Amino acid sequence: MDMVKRAFESDLFWSFRHSPVAIISFVVAVTLILAAVFAPLLAPYNPFDPGSLNLMNGFSQPMVPNALTGDSFLMGADDQGRDVFSTILYGMRISLFVGFAAVIFALVIGIILGLTSAYAGGRVEAIIMRIADVQLTFPSILVAMLVFGIAKGFTPVHLRDQMAIWVLIVSIGLSDWVQFARVVRGAALVEKKKEYVEAAILIGRGPLGIVFRHILPNVLSPVLVIATISLALAIIAEATLSFLGVGAPPTEPSLGTLIRIGQGYLFSGEWWILFFPAMTLLMLALSVNLLGDWLRDALNPKLDD
Amino acid sequence: MISHILKRAFQSVLVLFVTGLVAFAMFRFVGDPVENMLGQERTEAEVERLREQLGLNDPFLVQYWDFISGALRGDMGVSFRQGRPALEIILERLPATLELALVSALLAMTFGILFGIFTAIRRKGVMTNFILTSSLVGVSLPTFLIGIFLIYVFSVELKVLPSFGRGDVIDLGWWDTGLLTWTGIQSLILPAITLGLYQMTLIMRLVRSEMSEVLRQDYIRFARARGLPEKAINFRHAVKNTLIPVITVAGLQIGSIIAFSIITETVFQWPGVGLLFIDSIQFVDIPVMASYLMLISVMFVGINFLVDMAYLAIDPRLRESKGH
Repeated sequence: MDMVKRAFESDLFWSFRHSPVAIISFVVAVTLILAAVFAPLLAPYNPFDPGSLNLMNGFSQPMVPNALTGDSFLMGADDQGRDVFSTILYGMRISLFVGFAAVIFALVIGIILGLTSAYAGGRVEAIIMRIADVQLTFPSILVAMLVFGIAKGFTPVHLRDQMAIWVLIVSIGLSDWVQFARVVRGAALVEKKKEYVEAAILIGRGPLGIVFRHILPNVLSPVLVIATISLALAIIAEATLSFLGVGAPPTEPSLGTLIRIGQGYLFSGEWWILFFPAMTLLMLALSVNLLGDWLRDALNPKLDD
Repeated sequence: MISHILKRAFQSVLVLFVTGLVAFAMFRFVGDPVENMLGQERTEAEVERLREQLGLNDPFLVQYWDFISGALRGDMGVSFRQGRPALEIILERLPATLELALVSALLAMTFGILFGIFTAIRRKGVMTNFILTSSLVGVSLPTFLIGIFLIYVFSVELKVLPSFGRGDVIDLGWWDTGLLTWTGIQSLILPAITLGLYQMTLIMRLVRSEMSEVLRQDYIRFARARGLPEKAINFRHAVKNTLIPVITVAGLQIGSIIAFSIITETVFQWPGVGLLFIDSIQFVDIPVMASYLMLISVMFVGINFLVDMAYLAIDPRLRESKGH
């Protein structure tokens, strides 16, 4: 109870209550995330169950009962008669899963390397930060594509579709760790000189204990901000890779894959196959992005190192 | 200043060395080259002979050296998919990408600077708010959605601009250009806007914040106190000092434009190196992937180094603080 009370009286909550943009984006983001999590319960059809598909329903318009079967679809049906609304719910699951997993992956690597370089210093620090510099020379989407291509080369051909999601997570995660490492290092260098760290050394705590129990909690607030912004970027990166055909496989379509499929029907007038996945992606990316922006202003940590 | 230049040069060499290592590792470890070259029916002796011939039994550093010196001579291996030298295929596609990148960069610079100055001078107003809000939305939008949206409006609904390809090109011998034909220019419009939009918003925001900073300086206040007309203050004094840092940052963006052209080229089926790169990832065509990586890193490093030196040349404050 005390925790809850403290949370509601905090500065952060005050600033949240007074920012309409933050409230709206929070509601949109949470609604979308919940919809994705409970997709099996919410979706009227299971788009991956071939038994429930009826090819006669192909290209049904939104909200208009199909002339042949009489079935009605909220957001229409695609070429194979799959309910677009259901594919979006399931697609969002994959987009969000890849996004969250990639950010967590990047965060773990970034925190470990950032803390290590700040605490160890010397040659270790120099090597880690030079690698970071080299990687920063290239846009992260390019790094992600390259890692994806290399990892694909390592995967046996018959496993490529099954492994694609994991390969995608690793590629996006590896393209994004530098940010975390730099910020964590910068913050940890400041914390390292403070008295409580000296006190911890004095009472004989080992370096691991000091770094993870004492320094880490104090550098988390900038990490949280970057993680939120990174989530929006990771969702967009996933969608971009899948849209380009170097991401989620057709058997597990993410929002990007759905948009890729929908683009094929742009000229023939079946706008709903493209429009609804695109709008979903837009709302997801925009709401998380705005939330990150608000969080950055509210916590106001020094993000430059 | 000399130490600064040396440091930068060292960093450039380091980047090239590391990307070279990555490209080399791709050749060496992703898929067995012997596997790719010999068919199913082979003897152990044949495999061993080919390994020796390709130098695969040499120490790692010797192999890396062979690879780098080969790359410097323009030998980047043969495309698995097309059976032609990888570098040749890439160079063939390069003009399309460079033309697209150049036009996008020009668009981004022109409109980014114009909008930036406008929103800095008129801090409030309907137009300023409109520009700033749409720039925020523009930054959050994935590039490929912008491209699809433009195709929908201008190709599907209005039917005024083509949605894919490069139009007619004129072959100049070593360079094929789409800039000299009407269909070529028409085909360029939508991809160039798509590619340039993100960079434009970046430049606009930068110009706006730099210019707002400059407008608060003492010499601007002094100019105002002298009673100079607002136009002269803004354009003769403020803009000039705003543009120095902006031009260098914009220069750095050219590298990202070339990288981001991968996405735009796929949306518009623009026959450039980016589209080639995506194809090579899909088919795990290692020589093409590695050549693209090497080419783009040379470009990036070159641009970064030049911009850095230009910055040093333009801004006297940097030179002095480093000189002592």
